[in-house]
Amino acid sequence: MKCLNARHILGISTLSPGEISLILDTAESLKEILDRPIKKVPLLRGKTVVHLFFEPSTRTRLSFELAAKRLGADTLGISAGASSVKKGETLIDTARNIEAMRPDVIVIRHPYSGTPHLLTKYISSTVINAGDGINEHPSQALLDAFTVREHLGHIKGLKIAILGDIAHSRVAHSDILAFTKMGAEVVVSGPATLLPPRQTEVLGARVALRVEEALEDADAIIALRIQRERQGRSLVPSKREYARFFGLGPEKVRLARPGVLIMHPGPINRGVEMAPEVADGPYSVILDQVTNGVAVRMALLALLFKKS
Amino acid sequence: MMRPLLFTNARIIDPSQDWDFSGELLVKDGVIGAAGQSLEAPQDARVIDLEGKWLVPGLIDMHVHLREPGEEYKETIETGTAAAVAGGFTAVACMPNTRPVNDSAGVTQFILEKARRAAKARVFPIAAITLGQKGEQLTEFGDLLSAGAVAFSDDGLPVRNARVMRHALEYVRNFDALIISHSEEPELSRGGLMNEGRVSVSLGLKGIPAAAEEVAVFRDVALAELTGGRLHIAHVSTRGSVEIVRRAKARGVAITAETAPHYFSLTEEAVIGYNTSAKMYPPLRTEEDRMAIIEGLKDGTIDAIATDHAPHSVIEKECEFQLAANGIIGLETSVALSLNLVRSGYISASQLIRCMSSSPSRILGVPGGSLATGDPADISIIDPEVVFTLTRESLHSMSHNSPFLGETLQGKAILTLIDGRPVYDPEGNCSHPPGQQ
Repeated sequence: MKCLNARHILGISTLSPGEISLILDTAESLKEILDRPIKKVPLLRGKTVVHLFFEPSTRTRLSFELAAKRLGADTLGISAGASSVKKGETLIDTARNIEAMRPDVIVIRHPYSGTPHLLTKYISSTVINAGDGINEHPSQALLDAFTVREHLGHIKGLKIAILGDIAHSRVAHSDILAFTKMGAEVVVSGPATLLPPRQTEVLGARVALRVEEALEDADAIIALRIQRERQGRSLVPSKREYARFFGLGPEKVRLARPGVLIMHPGPINRGVEMAPEVADGPYSVILDQVTNGVAVRMALLALLFKKS
Repeated sequence: MMRPLLFTNARIIDPSQDWDFSGELLVKDGVIGAAGQSLEAPQDARVIDLEGKWLVPGLIDMHVHLREPGEEYKETIETGTAAAVAGGFTAVACMPNTRPVNDSAGVTQFILEKARRAAKARVFPIAAITLGQKGEQLTEFGDLLSAGAVAFSDDGLPVRNARVMRHALEYVRNFDALIISHSEEPELSRGGLMNEGRVSVSLGLKGIPAAAEEVAVFRDVALAELTGGRLHIAHVSTRGSVEIVRRAKARGVAITAETAPHYFSLTEEAVIGYNTSAKMYPPLRTEEDRMAIIEGLKDGTIDAIATDHAPHSVIEKECEFQLAANGIIGLETSVALSLNLVRSGYISASQLIRCMSSSPSRILGVPGGSLATGDPADISIIDPEVVFTLTRESLHSMSHNSPFLGETLQGKAILTLIDGRPVYDPEGNCSHPPGQQ
């Protein structure tokens, strides 16, 4: 495979294993640009990438912007606060107006699931989903897969444990889809209030009600951010309780394979879903994930244009 | 004065009289004159050969939203009743969630006056149970009934407070009237966008569990049992709800139930692709639920088919799934979708007409649902075979939020009479040559 079949990056659900491998391979070859003295190549010169962020984001937005700039594209963007959406304009009208200025790519993050899919029906630019509601966050899953492959050499046959709010996490959804498509075994665990009810399986991942079962012999552990608004309500009794039973402390890490990769999509609630000594410990690849995010997003942009 | 109409070669189906035979029916002076294998026609009668098409008591849709007053950009009483007669309905019962809410005699009278002027389908207003549908203070049931309301419901804003619901079911007994419950536990459905299950997980849409409906159906059945008030459960959508109603009926609780054509025609899979035309409350459920609904219609657990006709403009439907309004139009697709149940052999033609005419008439206590001699000639003529494609242009409703748009459907009304007067007659079966009226 040399180019993507997909015209948009809406989710891992619409990518084939071959396409995922191609993205990871491309990211691998582009990553060294980040370490050059002059960090720029002209692959996307003359192209325009618009970032539409309707939710707060630091990491993802910077990463996308940096990726586009490293490839020589012009980038600009709006965040929800500054947008005309606040004035009552519909999203479709906003998108059509931006489209009228002839951009090439629209990268969108939106609190509602399916919004990137909606845009593709109304505009002709390429759409990249930077996170939609509780649906998908495909570039995060690709950088997670890239990080695992970079450290362990392969993905097939590995056991990946994902801990936390599975039901409301777009990262979890995309990670499950990506790792299972690449042949890994994925086991998820967390408070049952944050898991799909009565399911033994979610999107191809096994559901373990005991965290220890998910962690046993795991090759990589992805701890998810436990969102503040879920604490102290009937979903999670308290931070303290969460940290003790579902948080990733050093004793839980010992259940996994020696040298297990410790991952987190950030931002971390230190001491809640992950103990500081784990986040900063020898097996943590959390900052590698951030670096790899730029490479993976460069790969996405490069491949989307290679096709056209 | 209209000439008498003699329908010949009709398949006459009237479950209220156990009729399903081929024969003739005479309409004279706005009422049913006679029905039988072969009739003596008055000399001046216009004879209409139906070539085997169905002649049935005018269909009654006991759950529609006409949007007037307040949301006339979605539907008006005039366009809604035009859609009704085009769908074979001679009467509709409209829900009170207008702006203002139909919680006073003045609004009820306004609706009836608009319906009278539109002169299409009969309109039976359903008034709110509580002022402003706020779930707190009961409306003036007696005054509303005197003004022409036929039942009470807070519809989409179900009465949360069980004590208020208890009082409604008690007080309604003074007037031998009916409480219609949109049974939903809002704490379980809050934020939900579709049925909770495999599909909601794969689309990343927050789900509404079947239990959100079943918990509320169970509560309302228990309150009906406690009070003896007559209760009707609107738009049953889950297997569990069917089972709760079935058991309640077996115990002799005064309860009836309806479902909508979409709940026996579609499943949650219709939402895939973030299809806002498949977004509704209660949500489309699973195949198992769909089959249980059909079983409920078969064994009479579910008494009526009502459309929950819910017009919305493109503004509310061509948008993010999360923001899209709930509901679909149904008046002009109900006959075709419901006929699928007969074609598949699940229910008989007579059972179907019972669900769409006789039962709604009986439950609401309104005239209609029968072809007995002397009854007002509210009649639907249905061609069960005709195949048509549902398009925006073909719809009489002002809105076109239907998941069946563009689909090929089979079976539709070809002539609708109210008081013997043709209110829908696209083929000109009853049109009078000039000078003969």
